[in-house]
Amino acid sequence: MNFAVLQFPASNCDQDAIHAIRDVLGHSARYVWHKENSLGDADAVIVPGGFSYGDYLRCGAIARFSPVMQAVKQFADSGGLVIGICNGFQVLTEAGLLPGALVRNRDLQFHCEHIFLKTAMHNSPFTNKIPAGKILKLPIAHGEGCYFANEETLAKLKANNQILWQYCDANGNLTDTANPNGSLQNIAGICNERRNVAGLMPHPERASEEILGSDDGRWILESMIASSQNKPVTKAA
Amino acid sequence: MKAKIVITPKKAVVDPQGKTVQGALEQMGYKGITAVHVGKYIEIDLAPGTDKAAAQQALNDAAHKFLSNPIIEDYRLEIE
Repeated sequence: MNFAVLQFPASNCDQDAIHAIRDVLGHSARYVWHKENSLGDADAVIVPGGFSYGDYLRCGAIARFSPVMQAVKQFADSGGLVIGICNGFQVLTEAGLLPGALVRNRDLQFHCEHIFLKTAMHNSPFTNKIPAGKILKLPIAHGEGCYFANEETLAKLKANNQILWQYCDANGNLTDTANPNGSLQNIAGICNERRNVAGLMPHPERASEEILGSDDGRWILESMIASSQNKPVTKAA
Repeated sequence: MKAKIVITPKKAVVDPQGKTVQGALEQMGYKGITAVHVGKYIEIDLAPGTDKAAAQQALNDAAHKFLSNPIIEDYRLEIE
């Protein structure tokens, strides 16, 4: 499977993503610079974490207008798999590929720690390999990860089962203290209605080997690989 | 000619920065403050002779699409 990993000025998790895909999972991955107009022969796109364009104006607001994002939009519109991690999640919400927005953490602090995640929906290309009841331990590193959406959008997310992951405690309880940033409904990650675009604040690519403290992130990346191998995938234009 | 755009967080969005500033103001002894909202101010210089109505329309579009995020922010645009 071929992954395209986008690179914006000040992306900083692009190399982690490439390492996880190539060296840990044995699939191919290549960088795609933000000024490129095409994703090549990609089967899936990773919009990585970082501080694209210095987080100027709003996180993700400027990256969203870069040439490569037009190609990502077309790729997503034709059913291609796209995952946005951390800043990538912010970029996808700014681009309108995912609903809602990510705002300043409620305690105004940058959180760099491991958190626990409950998978709220297993029937998606991003979660299908995660064992039922499995609590994922993943790192977060963000200052603007508080998920916000208006009531109408939230109701729609719930009705369509678009909430993929929620912050929980070690036992899987969705408590307020387990919520690191004040996200509504403890939301850590969502997908679009069509289920081919997802975003999450935690970093699966930074948790793909035991030596990093957890390899639970592999469940998410392997879900994408499995779903791509199970059905014909739309190739990028 | 200048365009001035003031961007503020929407009421429904929790504004921890505003609340923190409010707390600090109260601690400093400033009385009677019921709420503080921290936003952004953007000033754009326009070429001399720019058509005001056209600039208003173009910058409204830019403010809606790019300078603010309508999901979480409101904006006010003035051209003078």
